[in-house]
Amino acid sequence: MTTVLVNGEPTELATSLTVRQLLERLELQGRRVAIEHNGDILPRSRYDDTRLAEGDRFEIIIAVGGG
Amino acid sequence: MNDPLIIAGKTYSSRLLVGTGKYKDFAETREAVDAAGAEIVTVAIRRTNIGQHPGEQSLLDVLPPSRYTLLPNTAGCYTAEDAVRTLRLARELLDGHPLVKLEVLGDPSNLYPNMPETLKAAETLVKEGFDVMVYCSDDPIQAKRLEEIGCVAVMPLASIIGSGMGILNPWNLRLIIDNAKVPVLVDAGVGTASDAAIAMELGCDAVLMNSAIAHARQPVLMASAMKHAVLAGREAYLAGRMPRKLYSAESSSPTSGMIAPARGG
Repeated sequence: MTTVLVNGEPTELATSLTVRQLLERLELQGRRVAIEHNGDILPRSRYDDTRLAEGDRFEIIIAVGGG
Repeated sequence: MNDPLIIAGKTYSSRLLVGTGKYKDFAETREAVDAAGAEIVTVAIRRTNIGQHPGEQSLLDVLPPSRYTLLPNTAGCYTAEDAVRTLRLARELLDGHPLVKLEVLGDPSNLYPNMPETLKAAETLVKEGFDVMVYCSDDPIQAKRLEEIGCVAVMPLASIIGSGMGILNPWNLRLIIDNAKVPVLVDAGVGTASDAAIAMELGCDAVLMNSAIAHARQPVLMASAMKHAVLAGREAYLAGRMPRKLYSAESSSPTSGMIAPARGG
């Protein structure tokens, strides 16, 4: 197991997980999101080959109402 | 009348841009956007609520990017760094779509823009290939500087965000409009339809608003009012108003051919 930060929340997950599997765990599969991984944009094409590592920081964002 | 608005080389028929915040639900948001006839709608970028309401409808289901031009904003950002970071995420979210609204705020009590940070963010974003529509103070020098940096539209405030105070400094707006080669949009401060008409009569290319519609007692009806106000203001601007003539009374009816005045006695 490893601890990563997802939107600022410490989250316990298996190290072998890919980012795509992370999204499934969070019930966000199929949702339109964008992800920042340790401060850099993680393109969608990289969700399958990026694996979680100890201390990783993820920001997962969506569009919401705003002016 | 064929009078398109052109922003970053793309043509729009509506000169009313609307925000999507503060509505009671997504259905009302969509209804108001459609009543406004808006093609460009602003959205905010926020963290997902992890573990809450999976399967819930999202804003982009209601306002699909295939039908609307989404304009992600940086509302709530107080530094150039945060604003740039937010818009990089937005571009990824919207599959590389480069049109964005930059706003960097300076003071949470009045949401006045922080111009030094705005200029800094604009420089970075333009270098990274974004088409930047930029919220700014109504200072003609700052607006010109943003244009020189390469912003595709400058969007001065008419009054403070969410205040509904209307067009408080029309002369500054005129200075900005007269100096600009890119579209000028009034962004923030519109309270009711006449404010939008005044902005357009001054020569603004378009108006962007959110609270004036969302906080009206009947948002969808106000959205329609704003659509008409922007159209009326634009047509009045193109038509060219009559000169103001204080103390030079001139009747619209002929002055000759009056019937003989009645004579008493």
